[in-house]
This record gives sequence, C-alpha cells and structure tokens, in this order.
Amino acid sequence: MSDNAVSCHSAAPERNLADDNPFLNGLWKQNPVFVQVLGMCPTLAITNSVRNAIAMGLATTFVLTGSNCLISMIRKMVPKQVRIATFIAVIATMVTVVDYLVKAISIPVYKALGAYIPLIVANCIILERAEAYAARKPVFKSTMDGLGMGLSFAFALTCLGTVREVLGAGTFLGFSVFGPKFEPWLLFLLPPGGFISLAIWLLTFATWRERKAKREIAAAKAEAEKMQSVAVHA
Amino acid sequence: MNDSLGHIFVDALLINNFVLCVFLGMCSFLGLSQKFSTAWRMGVSVMFVITVSGVLSYGAHLLLAALHVEYLRIILYIIIIASTVQLTEMFIKKTSPALFRELGVYLPLITTNCAVLAVPLFQDSRGYNLVQSTVFAIAASGGYCLALMLLSLIRERTYLSDVPSLAKGTALTLVLAAILSMTFMGFAGMGS
Repeated sequence: MSDNAVSCHSAAPERNLADDNPFLNGLWKQNPVFVQVLGMCPTLAITNSVRNAIAMGLATTFVLTGSNCLISMIRKMVPKQVRIATFIAVIATMVTVVDYLVKAISIPVYKALGAYIPLIVANCIILERAEAYAARKPVFKSTMDGLGMGLSFAFALTCLGTVREVLGAGTFLGFSVFGPKFEPWLLFLLPPGGFISLAIWLLTFATWRERKAKREIAAAKAEAEKMQSVAVHA
Repeated sequence: MNDSLGHIFVDALLINNFVLCVFLGMCSFLGLSQKFSTAWRMGVSVMFVITVSGVLSYGAHLLLAALHVEYLRIILYIIIIASTVQLTEMFIKKTSPALFRELGVYLPLITTNCAVLAVPLFQDSRGYNLVQSTVFAIAASGGYCLALMLLSLIRERTYLSDVPSLAKGTALTLVLAAILSMTFMGFAGMGS
C-alpha cells in the first residue's frame, strides 16, 4: 500500500511535526474533529447523548494511547513495506481489548455504542497518528501525543453531544435543563441533527479564527503606523 | 423483523442508508465528493470491495464459530478487508491502467472506510445466512455509492453559486449532507 493510506481525508491540513509539546499540540491546535475533520463516523453517530459521547471519546483515547505506545516501541523492527498491515493488527488488538473492557464495565453503554466500538479500528485518526507520529518518535512522546489527540477527540464529541442532547431532548447527562414545558427539538437527535450541529460548530470556530486573524492584522497595522510616526517625529 | 430478501435490500439501500442514516464511511463521503467523476468511480470500487469482503467474512465467521475463537473477529475481518483492497488494486491495475491512475490515491483508503468493516459486523449481529449476507452487502454498498454520487452532483452545482467565505468547504458540505439526510428520512415509512 502506498503512503496515502495515512491521511484518510484529502482536506486534512499540513501538520507541523516539529512541535515540541505533543500533548498540548494534540489537545488544541490539531483538534482531530474541528481542525483536521477526521474520524467523522463516531463523531456524528454516537453524539446523540452526552453519556455516549464521553464513553466513545474515552474508548478511542484508550485505543489511541495504547496503539501509539506499542507502535512506537516496535517502530524500528517493522519493515517499511508491511508497516500499515502491522499497525492495523496492533490497533485491532487494542480495539478487541476495549470491546471486552466496555462490556465488562457497563452493559447499557456497550449496547448503546453497539457496532461503533469494533469500528474504532477504522477510525482514521488512529492510523493517521500511528503513521504520522508514533512511527517516527520515541515512546513517551508518542504516548503523550495519543493521549492528547484522544482527549481532544473526546472533547469534540462532548461539544457535539451537548448541543444535540440539550436541544434534542432538553436534558444534559439525563438531567432536565429547560424544565418540563420544553418541547424537544427531535431533529437534533436524528441523523440530520448530527450534520447540522457539526456544521454549526465548524462555523463557530471559523468565525472565531477569522476574528482572531483580523485582530492580528489590525494590531500589526497599528504597530507599523506607530513606527512610522516615530520615524517622522525623529 | 422481516427478513425477506427484498426487505433487506430496500432497508440497506434506502431506509437505513449506510452514509446518511447510520453514519458510516463519512470520511470518504465528505472528502471525495468534490467531483462526480471521482465519486462514482470510488463508489463502484467500494461496492466491489464490500461485496467480496462481505461474502468472505461470512465464511470467516463460520470458521471462527467452529473453532470457538469469536474474539478474533475484528482482527480477521480487517485482514480480509485489507487483502480484498489489495486484490482490487491489482485487478484494476491489470485491466484498466487509466482508471488505476485516476483512483490510485483513493484505493488504499478503502481499508480505513468504516462502511466496509461494518458490513460483516452487521451480518453477524443480525444472523444473516449466505444469500441474505450477499444481498445485504450489495444493497449497503449500493446505498453508499448512491449517497456519494448525489452529494457530488449537488456539490458541483455549489461551485457556481455565491457562498459566504466562512461556510466554504466542510461546513457547506455538512449542511448539504443534512438536507440529503432529511430527504432520506422520508423513506423510513417504507419499512413498516
């Protein structure tokens, strides 16, 4: 298989591997959902309640941390030609562990997540991190990268789950938010709601980024004018 | 639940469309729908991979059940899928080098397409037999292909329209997908 198997999504932005704090970098700057738009299937399917979103986020974090750590350990032993197959085998093993772990911890959560737990194997974030980070960096850094990426994925899932549960059912983690008179906006629990709420979050972040960019430009301009006026006075 | 072949087919193709109602194969759905020409080619290759790997996984499931090692299913399924993808790649390279160049980048990505892995998992949990599994695999992948083609056709139109710069890209695609998904919700009545 070619190197392209790595980035599952053609629109994923170029990333800077030189960043020295893998944990924080994964947590915010390269948020897998809001910035890289990876791992969309569980993001949209599981987020109709906050509880499911958190459970899914934690399961993915566990797999991502474990697989990053293991892959980083064996990275020098694996021949280049079979590395993708090896990574997938490692990831599939971690997912099998999580599958049984969730079943042992909570049967209702296991039933709610259903087929999406085995499907963590096919989550592009995990293979992407294995290839782009764990295959090149030492064990500790890779583990921290997996932890940061996983937690930021969980954070994004919780953001989406909050919007969908609060609007769609009028509850947060099962507690009523608006009182008994609230008419649930059912659409947000149904599939279209997933698309719409993710679109809303992406637009929110885009607006925020644009404002920040504008502020920076304005600040730079003010600075330049100040320098000019200083030069004129001198 | 009604298990007739016709019901399985319509259910997987329209009522529980893999992309728009069950949220599988989202990455490629959002990433490869810019152009109709790539979208339908990708759709057809995924259909081929899903059908072949679906039938093979049914055999694998029988084998695992006979040996009482069901916990190996995820690993075995993903190996079957990876080899099917490799096979498809070689097949297309041999028969149509032009198509191979066009698809070259996207073919390996089918391995990490969750729709492909979901088919054997659903077959398992619903206890389909060989014929039902085959029909289900064809219908589910056909649904994926249909959704991908529809979205790409709509997206080609949006290139001519005036979209606010903020919404360009993924956000706009998501809104379009939401509208498509609402349309497919209309099929839900056919199930009862």
